[in-house]
Amino acid sequence: MDVANRTNTAAGGEPKILAFCCNWCTYTGADLAGLNRMKYPANVRVVRVPCSGRVNPQFILRAFARGADGVVVCGCHPGDCHYATGNFFTRRRFMLMRGLLEFNGIDPRRFHARWISGSEAAKFRDFVSEVCAIVKGLGHE
Amino acid sequence: MIRYAYFPGCASESTALSTTLANEFVFGRIGVDLIEIKDWNCCGATSAHVLSEALGLALPARALARAEADWPELDVVTGCASCYARLKLTNHRVRQDGGTRYMVEKILGRPYAAKREVLNFLDVLSRDDVKANIEEALMRTFRGKLRVACYYGCLNIRPCEVTGAKDRENPVAMDEIARLAGAVPVDWGYKTECCGAAHQNDAALEARPLAGRILHNAKECGADVLLTACPMCQMNLEMRQAEYIRKNRDKAVGRQTFPLLDVVLPPPAGKTIPVLSITELLAIAMGAGGERLRMDAHHVPVGRVIADALRDDAETEVFL
Amino acid sequence: MSRIGVFVCHCGTNLASVVDVEKVAAAARELPGVSYAAEYKYMCSEPGQQMILDAIAEHGLKRIVIASCSPRMHETTFRKMLKKSGVNEYLLEIANIREQVSWVHTDSGVATEKAVDLVRMAVAKVAKDEPLKASSIPITKRALVVGGGIAGIQAALDIADAGHEVWLLEREPSIGGRMVMLDKTFPTLDCSACISTPKMVDMSAHPNIKLLTSCEVAAVRGYIGNFTVTIRQKAKYVNQDICTGCGNCEEKCPVKVKSDFNKGLSDRPAIYRLFPQAVPAKPVIDRAHCLKLTKDRCGLCEKVCPLGCIDYADEDREYDETFGAVVLATGYGLCDWTAMYDEYGAGRFADVIDGLAFERLVNASGPTEGHIVRPSDGAEPKTVVLVKCVGSRDPKKGKPWCSRACCMYAAKHAHQILEKIPGARVFVFYIDVRTPGKNYEEFYDQTRKDGAVYVRGRVSRIYKEGGRLICQGEDSLLGKQVRVAADLVVLETAMEPAAGARETAALFGASADANGWLQEAHPKLRPVETQAGGVFLAGTCQGPKDIPDTVAQASGAAAKAIGLLNKDEMETSPMIVAVDEAKCSGCGACVDICPFGALSLEILTAREGRWERAERFVCKVNAGLCQGCGACTVACRTGAIDLRGFRNVQILEEIDALWT
Repeated sequence: MDVANRTNTAAGGEPKILAFCCNWCTYTGADLAGLNRMKYPANVRVVRVPCSGRVNPQFILRAFARGADGVVVCGCHPGDCHYATGNFFTRRRFMLMRGLLEFNGIDPRRFHARWISGSEAAKFRDFVSEVCAIVKGLGHE
Repeated sequence: MIRYAYFPGCASESTALSTTLANEFVFGRIGVDLIEIKDWNCCGATSAHVLSEALGLALPARALARAEADWPELDVVTGCASCYARLKLTNHRVRQDGGTRYMVEKILGRPYAAKREVLNFLDVLSRDDVKANIEEALMRTFRGKLRVACYYGCLNIRPCEVTGAKDRENPVAMDEIARLAGAVPVDWGYKTECCGAAHQNDAALEARPLAGRILHNAKECGADVLLTACPMCQMNLEMRQAEYIRKNRDKAVGRQTFPLLDVVLPPPAGKTIPVLSITELLAIAMGAGGERLRMDAHHVPVGRVIADALRDDAETEVFL
Repeated sequence: MSRIGVFVCHCGTNLASVVDVEKVAAAARELPGVSYAAEYKYMCSEPGQQMILDAIAEHGLKRIVIASCSPRMHETTFRKMLKKSGVNEYLLEIANIREQVSWVHTDSGVATEKAVDLVRMAVAKVAKDEPLKASSIPITKRALVVGGGIAGIQAALDIADAGHEVWLLEREPSIGGRMVMLDKTFPTLDCSACISTPKMVDMSAHPNIKLLTSCEVAAVRGYIGNFTVTIRQKAKYVNQDICTGCGNCEEKCPVKVKSDFNKGLSDRPAIYRLFPQAVPAKPVIDRAHCLKLTKDRCGLCEKVCPLGCIDYADEDREYDETFGAVVLATGYGLCDWTAMYDEYGAGRFADVIDGLAFERLVNASGPTEGHIVRPSDGAEPKTVVLVKCVGSRDPKKGKPWCSRACCMYAAKHAHQILEKIPGARVFVFYIDVRTPGKNYEEFYDQTRKDGAVYVRGRVSRIYKEGGRLICQGEDSLLGKQVRVAADLVVLETAMEPAAGARETAALFGASADANGWLQEAHPKLRPVETQAGGVFLAGTCQGPKDIPDTVAQASGAAAKAIGLLNKDEMETSPMIVAVDEAKCSGCGACVDICPFGALSLEILTAREGRWERAERFVCKVNAGLCQGCGACTVACRTGAIDLRGFRNVQILEEIDALWT
């Protein structure tokens, strides 16, 4: 693996944040942010998943292992899940996730989960900006 | 022999003279042995818990701990709704919450596990075996001629989470006991409303009308006598009657501020209504006379209504 | 070699003005597996698509990445396009460089860098895509409607009118539901029976509709397109084929039972019709009260029946039928306030009644022929108190919801009392007055002008005094306790899901929410569908509603059912989970997680030798039920279960692609 690429922030580069967005709510919300021409930092890369419940904690660990500066998981609000209960699993899994990250020596502030509906474009913009600022503050490990 | 540890309560030695005499008479006849808790103290009702939560729990706990140490196998019974509320709550809290128990034991300097139940007289009198004993001990009956409004009072019932009362609006335990003696319980609406006894001094303006409404509804529903299960309620409902009648004579108290509402309180109430405790009623039916029960100690004259309902015979004492 | 083709769209200037599309295409060419990359002004346009198809043919492309707008926009467009080529339509990935890049970023350098990243991720993912094939299942062209209230009736008529066969199943002996119990309907005050009974007659006469009364759903197998439903026909004891409904038996029956339909305000015989205009207009025997069936006495109805219809030996029967679509219209019940409201007398006072009982009182075909009287003594009440939100909006009583119809219902009751009883006074205790509906607020306003007094507050208790009912409560606008001496009290009680609705829905794979209302697939965008494919919701089973909303939703559900039945067969999404049986340990962790019941454990005979036979559990996927959420894949300890189109390896490749 190319080490130079892995030290984005250390070299004064921009951090890269990976975002898992569910197809029905947050991905739609992100599309709406685009439709409304909202501006947010270009550090985020979105992986589209059918449901936030599809996100395996393994994916997050892999991202950090490869050099991600931050990871976020976004899905429908609890109770609004397209698949009825998927995001309840997400919620439970990622409460545990923070402990696992800490155990692995990764600052849990690099990981965030948020419920963003298809209409909450501004929330998506604000959330991405907020996480970006937090991650920039932490520097690169 | 049915035995209970007995918490008499302060009123039993002062204002509730006739009720205390009736209690002794009745429980003696029905084979219920009430063993007075040694060195019992005031439960602190109405004031202690307002001043300090710890004090409000520690005072009842002192008597309960004493009972638990002396007669670990006996439930505790009291004849006063205020005492019952304080004792029951203390027992409940100590059971539910280890922190409370720790605090109480620390203050008392002795163990108190709240292992036994706290009961009121209605609980005891409603037992099937006790009911059978009551029926056996009855010597005369009110022959269906005495209409009674059974007033349970708020504290014998509420809060239901603590007392475990099943029907908080329309309890029937006392009605059933009164029916044994040949009295006719009326269906009325103020069985468990507060009579305001605890707040006659500190919140008189709010508390005074409460008793009036209870008396009014009892009369409207055709009661000759009000029955209570608490000396405090009894005293309050008696002592407020003169004032209540006077006020109603002066002006209709209830003429409410909202004239559109087709309401309301009371037409001038002419006569007083006697207030007896359930044990007094039973004592009378078991043959006790007015003199023995010190009926003269009532604030409201008991009057002929009871004597008229009874039919005396040679074995029983003359009621009036 | 993967032979991936990458096509970068300009989207006019939408993309190209921010992203350096040529640079993106050039970067794509360098990616592993990419054998061709190009850019064009409008990829989605006719010439754009043709250009892709040509490139596929010319360069032998096997997998396609399109860098353009959101996949939510044109993924299906490009999939359709690929059907014309030799490439499987699922060997396609879209890199969203418009909504997520050019529209949200301004710096061209940064935007181009991000666009390249997104293309790199898409290329990595597409390399691991598998060809998928949508399968199709044949559809049984017949609908089942469960519940014969106005919602079920409307849905059945709509489906039948569209030319499909409909079976309507009702557990009572007649269809009609709650609406036929009502007197007049707000805000227009048209007579409820006059507008609902013609629909009931239409039902029984419709050539496409089969009515099943006194029936229940006993069991369901199968799924969308083919539900095999076990129908339990309860014994009616009257041969419905011969009976003409002459009514001799009803007149002669000596038994008197409180009529549920009249809310206990009148009696009915043991052989009875639910109400005079019942459909079907034929009596049934109530087995719990019939003297012949309980005590083997009487037998009068058999003697008086001129056609010999009575059959005391009739028994419940069960049989299976198959349906392509199901509409659940199980309706509502009113909460049992007597069990919840000790403070209102818990049913001890005969003159405290609920709204439905009042409807029967005021109904011209009801037990009093429309005279509003006190049930206790038959006297005309002069002062009536209406209490709203009894049970509704009261979390302490376990019902946090607003029942929606009662505000208007109460206003209508107030109106009817003021109209029918000269000099009557009506007091309405309320928390809020909610009148969101066409002409609703106007109706409420008129009721107040007519003289109804609205008191803002809850009635805290009701007790008797001097032969009247005293309603005590706080007037929260005055901040004072008020008491009203009433002759009659009407409690506008809460709607609650009909008894057994949750269980019936569960048989079809549909779920109910915490309060027991059936759960729609999406609260805004899929309000008549359920999580179970082919199962639709109509009326109050989904939540409290008034009649106009119920009918509208019923037609909506019918439209969905018609849409399904119009197809001969239906395509199922291939992007569902699949199990690698070799890896599956049969632990069942996935089974509990699936919200659709699509997963089950089955026995697999792993090995069969001369002396040994090894059996183990493996997970099986029901392709008809799986919706492709993938929650189970995370629970799988061995990684045996994976989601097609979003396999673990694909997502991991996407992640890895970002940092290579």
